[in-house]
Amino acid sequence: MARKISYQQAINEALAQEMRRDQSVFIIGQDVSGGTGSPGEQDAWGGVLGVTKGLYPEFPERVLDAPLSEVGYVGMAVGAATRGMRPVCELMFVDFIGCCLDQLLNQAAKFRYMFGGKTTTPLVIRAMYGAGLRAAAQHSQMLTSMWTHIPGLKVVCPATPYDAKGMLIQAIRDNDPVIFLEHKMLYSLQGEVPEELYTVPFGEANFVREGRDVTLVTYGRMVHIALEAAANLARQDIDCEVLDLRTTSPLDEDSILESVEKTGRLVVIDESNPRCSIATDISALVAQRAFAALRAPIEMVTAPHTPVPFSDALEDLYIPDAAKIEAAVLKIADKRNAA
Amino acid sequence: MSTHLSTDQLLHAYTVMRTIRDFEERLHVEFATGEIPGFVHLYAGQEASAAGVMAHLNDDDCIASNHRGHGHCIAKGVDVFGMMAEIYGKKTGVCGGKGGSMHIADQEKGMLGANGIVGAGAPLAAGAALASKLKGSQGVAVAFFGDGGSNEGAVFEAMNLASIMKLPCLFVAENNGYAEATGSGWSVACKDIAERAVGFGMPGVIVDGNDFFAVHAALGVAVERARRGEGPTLVEVKLSRFYGHFEGDAQTYRGPDEVKNLRETQDCLALFRQRCQAEGWLDAAQFERIDGEVAQLIEDAVRLAKSDPKPQAADLLSDVYVAYR
Amino acid sequence: MIHTLTMPKWGLSMTEGRIDIWLKQPGDRVEKGEAVLDVETDKISSSVEAPFSGVLRRVLALSDETLPVGALLGVVVEGEASDAEIDAVIEGFQAGFVSNAAEAETAGPSAQKVEVGGRLLRYLDLGEGGTPLVLVHGFGGDLNNWLFNQPALAAERRVIALDLPGHGESGKTLRSGEAAELSEAVLGLLDHLQLDRVHLAGHSMGGLVALTVAEQAPARVVSLTLIASAGLGADINGDYLQGFADANNRNALKPQLVQLFSDPALVTRQMLEDMLKFKRLEGVDQALRQLNGVLFDGGRQKVDVRHVVGRQPSLVIWGSDDAIIPANHAQGLEAQVEILPGQGHMVQLEAAEQVNQLMLAFLKRH
Repeated sequence: MARKISYQQAINEALAQEMRRDQSVFIIGQDVSGGTGSPGEQDAWGGVLGVTKGLYPEFPERVLDAPLSEVGYVGMAVGAATRGMRPVCELMFVDFIGCCLDQLLNQAAKFRYMFGGKTTTPLVIRAMYGAGLRAAAQHSQMLTSMWTHIPGLKVVCPATPYDAKGMLIQAIRDNDPVIFLEHKMLYSLQGEVPEELYTVPFGEANFVREGRDVTLVTYGRMVHIALEAAANLARQDIDCEVLDLRTTSPLDEDSILESVEKTGRLVVIDESNPRCSIATDISALVAQRAFAALRAPIEMVTAPHTPVPFSDALEDLYIPDAAKIEAAVLKIADKRNAA
Repeated sequence: MSTHLSTDQLLHAYTVMRTIRDFEERLHVEFATGEIPGFVHLYAGQEASAAGVMAHLNDDDCIASNHRGHGHCIAKGVDVFGMMAEIYGKKTGVCGGKGGSMHIADQEKGMLGANGIVGAGAPLAAGAALASKLKGSQGVAVAFFGDGGSNEGAVFEAMNLASIMKLPCLFVAENNGYAEATGSGWSVACKDIAERAVGFGMPGVIVDGNDFFAVHAALGVAVERARRGEGPTLVEVKLSRFYGHFEGDAQTYRGPDEVKNLRETQDCLALFRQRCQAEGWLDAAQFERIDGEVAQLIEDAVRLAKSDPKPQAADLLSDVYVAYR
Repeated sequence: MIHTLTMPKWGLSMTEGRIDIWLKQPGDRVEKGEAVLDVETDKISSSVEAPFSGVLRRVLALSDETLPVGALLGVVVEGEASDAEIDAVIEGFQAGFVSNAAEAETAGPSAQKVEVGGRLLRYLDLGEGGTPLVLVHGFGGDLNNWLFNQPALAAERRVIALDLPGHGESGKTLRSGEAAELSEAVLGLLDHLQLDRVHLAGHSMGGLVALTVAEQAPARVVSLTLIASAGLGADINGDYLQGFADANNRNALKPQLVQLFSDPALVTRQMLEDMLKFKRLEGVDQALRQLNGVLFDGGRQKVDVRHVVGRQPSLVIWGSDDAIIPANHAQGLEAQVEILPGQGHMVQLEAAEQVNQLMLAFLKRH
C-alpha cells in the first residue's frame, strides 16, 4: 500500500469511484463545480477548496451547483434521498448549518423513526469544520457535539486520508443520514490510501498508538496533536495510548472502556467548546462504567467556552495543543510508574 | 355543459372528498372525548383541493404535505384504517404509532410525509422532483403549504431552485385565510400569493378551492407542464377550513357566523353534488351509495383503531436508524 | 574491523523503528546471526541480528527511542580498535547519514505491478543472480509475509515475492478459486519475467500453489520449499478459516490471528488494523470465501498433492505447534523435513533466522 495521496484527494477519489459504481449518487452544493451560469469555464472551482475538482467533467449530470440557498438544496438532497437517490450534499462550512438546520434536525434525522421505519434517507452531508485557518467565529466551529446529540444522524470525523476515503464510501453506501466532517487543516495531510474501493465501518475506534499509562481519547485533527504529545511524553517515560474515535455517533464505547480499564487514566481531547461536548460525554461514560478502574481524575483538554477568535495570537491559544495535552497527562500520570 | 371527466373519475373524486369530510368530522367528535392523544389539525372544508390535485397523480408522483395533512394523505391513497390507528397512537398505524397525525407518510403511495414544520415540505418535494429528473422518470412532485407556509423562506428557496433547475415540481398554496389565528390579508405582503410566482420565474395561478372542477382544470395544465420538463407552477387555491387551527381552537379570531355561512354556501362537497346532478353526470342514488359506504368505512376504522394494540416498550428504541451499533 | 549496526528496513513501508530493548550490553561478545536488540515497528516487533561477529563496543540508541531506517544503533568491533578509531567511524557515519535519511522515503525496494492474464499482480523483486527463488504466501496473506526472509535470501540470489490473486494489491476477482487458477497466475508471472526455471517456496496455501505449479510445469521448478504447507493431508483448522473469513472487526479478528503464532503478543493492534485494511478492500471478502469454499470446504482440505513431493529436491519446514495445519502432514514425505519445536503456523516470521538458514543451505545445494 505504498501509494500516498492527500486527505483531500482521498475524498475526491471516493466520490469519483462511488459515482462510477452507482448511478444514484449525485453531488449538490455551492460551487461544487463552480462556474454554472457564468461566462467562463465550468468546474472553475470544484468546491471552494477544490475538493470536488474534476468530477463535473466526468459526471456533468450529477455534479450540481446550487445557488446560495442552504434550506433549499439541503432539503432537496433530503427529499431526493427518500426517493431512491444517494445525494452527497456539500454544506461548505459546517457553520452554515445555522441556515438550514431544520432540514436535518427535524426532517432527515426524524423520518425513519417518525414514519415507523418505513422511510430510508441515505444522505451524506459533507462539511468543513474546525479551527486553524484564521477564519474566525463563523467559519471555524466544530459542532460535533450538536450533531452527535441528534438521534437518527451518524457523525463521522476522519483523521487520516485512509479513513477519509473508506468512511466516505461507507457514508455514501450507508442507509442512514451521515454528517461527514472534514477538518480543513487536514486537507493536505498525506497518507497511504489503497486505490481500490473499501469501506471503514462506523463505530469502530482506531488505536493509533498503544500505551500502558494513560488513555488519550480524541477524534479529527486532535488525533495528530495527541500523537505529538504522546511522543513527547514517551521521552519522559509516560506511555500513552491514543484512541481515535473516528465516529462520534455511533460511539465505540467498548474500546474507550477497554483502554481505560488497562491504563486507569483518561484524558479526553476535544477541539470543540467544553460544555455538553464530546469530552464531557466520554468523561461521563467512563465515570459511570469504568469508575473502579480509574486511578486518577479524568482530565479534559478542550477549547475555551468562547467563539473561535480571528487573530492568530488568540486562535493559537484557543486550539488545544500538545503542550496542553502534556500538562493534563502529567497532572494525572503516576510518577511511580515513570521510574 | 360537459366535463372531460369520466363517470368513474367523478365517483372517485366524490368518494375521496366524502372520505376526508367524514374522517375529519368524526375526529372532531372523537377528539372531544379525550381518547386521541396530542393534537389534530382538520382539513374539512378544503377537500376539493386535495381531490382536485391528486386526480392527476399516480403512485410514482410524490407529495409533501403539512400539519393539516389528513386530506392529502387520503386523496393520495394512504390506507384509512392505518391513518386512523396512527392518530389513535396504535401499533397498527401507518407509522406504528410513532408519528401521529402530523407525521403520516407512505413512500409507496408517494406520500413523503405530513410535516410539523411549516414550509419544510417544499424543499423535500423539490428533492423528489430532482430524483425523478435524475432517474429520467415521468414523476412529478407537489408541495402543499398554506398561506402561513407561503411566508417561509424554505418555500421561497424551493421555488427558486425548482425554477432554475426546471424541476417537475408544483407548489400548491392552500390559502384558507389564517395562519393559526393570524389573517393572511395582513401576513402576506402582496394581494395574492400567486403573484410571488413572477419573482421565481414561473406561472402563478389562482383557483377557487371550493370548486373541484376549477382545481382539477388548473392542476391539469400545471402537471402536464411539469411532466413536459417545462418546470414548476405556483397554484394558489383559495379555500376555507370548517374547524379551528387545531381541535380546541375557540376561533374567536373569526367573524361571527363566518363558518356557518361557509358551510351553507361554500361547501365543496355540496357544490360538487349540485353540479353533477344538475349536469346529469351523476344521480342522487350514486351519491347516497357512496355516502353510505364511506360512513361504514369510517365507523369501522374508528372501531378498529380503538381496539387495536398500542406499541410495545421495545418499539421505543427501534427504527432510529436502518443500522447502528 | 569496525562494523556499524543500523536500523533495518523490514518490508516495504517501514520508515522508522522504536528500540524496545538491548539484549546485549557494551562489552558483550556477539556472534553473527545472534539477536542484539529488539526493535518494534508499526507492523511487527523483531530482533535485529548481528550481521557479523565481534564485541559490541558502543550502544548509540536508547530504549524507547524511535529512529529512521538506516540510523546508527551501535558499533561492533571484530578484532581490535581504539576508541579514537571508533569515534572517527561514528563521526563519518553520522555526517553521511543525513542525506540518506532524507531519501529513506523514496529509496529502498518498491513493489511493481504487472497485468498477467487480464489481472493485476503485484510482486517485489530483490537481489540478483543465481537461479531465482519465488515466494508464495498463504490464505489471507501477502508478500509481506516474507518480510524477514526475502532480504536475507536475496543476499545470494534474485528473490521474487508476489501477491496471489485475491490478495495484497493484486487483482481481487477470482474465476474458479481452484489451486490451478493461482498456480497459473504464478506461471504467468514467470513468463512475464522470462524466468524458465526457478526455486519455489510456498507457505500454507502458497505451498499448495507451489506444488500445483510443480505438477503443471515440472521442468520449470528446480526445487520446492514447503512451509506449513497445504496440500499434504486432509486436516486443517476449519474454525480458523471460517472465523478469519467472517471477522470484520478487531475483536473478531484477534482470536483468529492469535492462532497463527506461538507468541500471541505478536498480534498487535496494528497487525489487526493492517489485516482489516486488507479485508475491507472490495472483492477480498468474496475472494477469501471462494478460496475457502473451493479448497478447504468444511474444514477439510479438498486437494491432496503429496504425490508431487519428491520429483524435485524438496525442503519441508513446519512448526511443531502449528494450530492451522498439523505438522504430522510432514511425515513420510520424500524430502528434507525440518520440524521447529515450539513454533506455530507463521514460522517463517517468528523463527525467521532459522528458516532463512535452512533455506539458504538447501538452495545452495540445489
